[in-house]
Amino acid sequence: METKNIMIVGVGGQGSLLASKMLGHLLLSEGYDVKVSEVHGMSQRGGSVVTYVRYGSKVASPVIDRGEADYIVSFELLEAARWLPFLKKDGQIVTNIQQIDPMPVITGAAEYPENLVEKLQASGAKVDALDCLKLAEEAGSSKAVNLVLMGRLSHYFDLPEDAWMRSLEANVPAKFLELNKKAFALGRDA
Amino acid sequence: MKQLMLGNKAVARGLYEAGCSFVSSYPGTPSTEITEEIAKYDDIYSEWAPNEKVAMEAAFGACLSGTRSFCGMKHVGLNVAADPLYTMSYTGVNAGMVIGVADDAGMHSSQNEQDSRHHAIASKVPMLEPSDSQEAYEFAKLAYEISEQFDTPVLLKMCTRVAHSQSVVEPGEREEHKKAYEKNIAKYVMMPGNAKRRHPVVEERTAKLIEYAETSPVNRVEMGGTEIGIITASTSYQYVKEVFGDSVSVLKLGMANPLPKKLILDFASKVDKLIVVEELDPIIENHCKELGLKVSGKDVLPICDEFSQNLIAKALGKDVPEGRALDEQIPMRPPVMCSGCPHRGLFYVLKKNKCTVLGDIGCYTLGAVAPLSAMEMTLCMGGSISALHGFNKAGGAECEGRTVAVIGDSTFMHSGMTGLANIAYNQSNSTVIILDNSITGMTGHQQNPTTGYNIKGEPAGKIDLEALCRAMGFNRVRVVDPYNLKEVDEAVKEELAAAEPSVIISRRPCALLKYVKHNAPLKVNTDKCIGCKSCMQIGCPSISIKNGKAHVDNTLCVGCNVCSQMCRFDAFESTAAGKEA
Repeated sequence: METKNIMIVGVGGQGSLLASKMLGHLLLSEGYDVKVSEVHGMSQRGGSVVTYVRYGSKVASPVIDRGEADYIVSFELLEAARWLPFLKKDGQIVTNIQQIDPMPVITGAAEYPENLVEKLQASGAKVDALDCLKLAEEAGSSKAVNLVLMGRLSHYFDLPEDAWMRSLEANVPAKFLELNKKAFALGRDA
Repeated sequence: MKQLMLGNKAVARGLYEAGCSFVSSYPGTPSTEITEEIAKYDDIYSEWAPNEKVAMEAAFGACLSGTRSFCGMKHVGLNVAADPLYTMSYTGVNAGMVIGVADDAGMHSSQNEQDSRHHAIASKVPMLEPSDSQEAYEFAKLAYEISEQFDTPVLLKMCTRVAHSQSVVEPGEREEHKKAYEKNIAKYVMMPGNAKRRHPVVEERTAKLIEYAETSPVNRVEMGGTEIGIITASTSYQYVKEVFGDSVSVLKLGMANPLPKKLILDFASKVDKLIVVEELDPIIENHCKELGLKVSGKDVLPICDEFSQNLIAKALGKDVPEGRALDEQIPMRPPVMCSGCPHRGLFYVLKKNKCTVLGDIGCYTLGAVAPLSAMEMTLCMGGSISALHGFNKAGGAECEGRTVAVIGDSTFMHSGMTGLANIAYNQSNSTVIILDNSITGMTGHQQNPTTGYNIKGEPAGKIDLEALCRAMGFNRVRVVDPYNLKEVDEAVKEELAAAEPSVIISRRPCALLKYVKHNAPLKVNTDKCIGCKSCMQIGCPSISIKNGKAHVDNTLCVGCNVCSQMCRFDAFESTAAGKEA
């Protein structure tokens, strides 16, 4: 099988490492060769962060390059726009519509672009945009945005729901399991 | 069972299985998780040392005693530890010793992009270079065999993309390895007479290691199409396979030093065109040129920054997929100090007092970023204090009255103390500010000698910073709370004005530490806020301007109250019922 590419993008501190951990676990248990590439260190401090998840029969490079991503899963709207050049021609964006102002916007040196969802669509990208923060709060915690997004992403994969559940169970602490399952379901059914 | 493992975790697994029983490291991205993972094994003694030199010497002592040992560090850490490294090459080892060093091509979290292979060549120490997690695991084990067989420490070179990528590993079981200590003055006491006899031993060893490199499976040939032959290593090998698959022939080098000769000449003779694909400096390429080969490399590929599959494909004349972009400018999102970061208030005060700030390595280097822009130099670990002394001595009273050094608690322990000793001894009228956030922050919360806890989180020795500075001869040592702007302002003014050197300890734990209790978030009373944007000067990610008034993001704000001290209109209020900010 040809290698498939999923990019998880967001703002440092938003919890994208759990999402990539869960995806890695899921895809390995489904029998694929998997590589996941993360960012640690300074960029994590509120900067733009990206995680690459690649799977297939045999994966070589650990990173995803421009024009290669089958999916961009974005925790924040501006980040979806930032990483758009990495999307494959017929790639799918799954994005949270939450907006977090970066420092140049906060200080007034730049403006947060308007109508990004429409502009992403106009670029020819397939865009699935949803209010993950609202759904996460509905599930019980604003921190569950990652599981809402994973639930939404699962929609596009031909994998049984119980496989997703097993990797969810293996990667979240038991005391938050119910909350996270609810967040996943809300994202999947959104 | 097959597992998905971070490259650094795979190194830890390899060390564990090889019977390594002593690990001493200093944290540094992208090397930190090797030692964090090691700390989870009860069969291995592990510790954070104050710096890389101490870590390497401790690991050397352990191997001398007969225990397989390891020390880990980032590329620039190896500069700090270069002194023991170059002479350990002469002494050799008793039990095996492995040094993990992680380069950061692309400078994701580093101050330079140096290529550690130069240290391996200069110190004449063998270096292994894995290209994924399975190799990281296997090479960690192999490194001990090489170390003991050839009587040498062995460098295990990681890079960001190998260290911080997860790929599949099939782990095995641990084997214990112990040796007895044997007194051997001629081998282990490196005074001139002995060292003179050891140098030829090093040269003979290198010749034997070259023989090993010619035939060891650590270097392998993968024959494919013979029009192009590519010599490559580390993560570049993965990019080459991604681009070319089996359409070209590949010589994949797992041993970066010493490099084989016959193997390369033989490979070159089987292909029409020879290309070297290596990140950073042209080390393999220059080696090929010394062998008299016609080779392409840095004529088409860059020396700066990391590689990727598209970069290599494009450089070697292949089509790459096109991306698309929006027509408009996407604002940058640089890293910022977190909400509630104790460094923020301190930097604001330094900026307000128009101080010249000589900085150091840590989260607080972000004090150089707008809108604070309150740091004017960052060089290396500990450099702030030593440079302050030179700046003040050379610049005189005018400099002494406005210039400060800022350095974190962990960085101060690493190599700030010796700079402080120089100020105490040679008496510049310098003001040093230790930013004590009670943890090693940027690398992800590692304990250090001032925190009172060891690598496993158990109670440990605790160095008292105030007592230490006083013992060095500083009469003026004072502690301030960086959440209290007035207190910090007074301290900075008074200590800069004082006629003798002083130390200010700005103390408050990192806002991300789990034990730190936060206040309720603040909110803005829009009737009181006049939109003067005073609060925007501190660069807090929780505060923005909405409809002309300040706005607090209550999912980020931790109620540190620094902003409310900036506001002349009392517009910030606590969201906790019945409380004023």
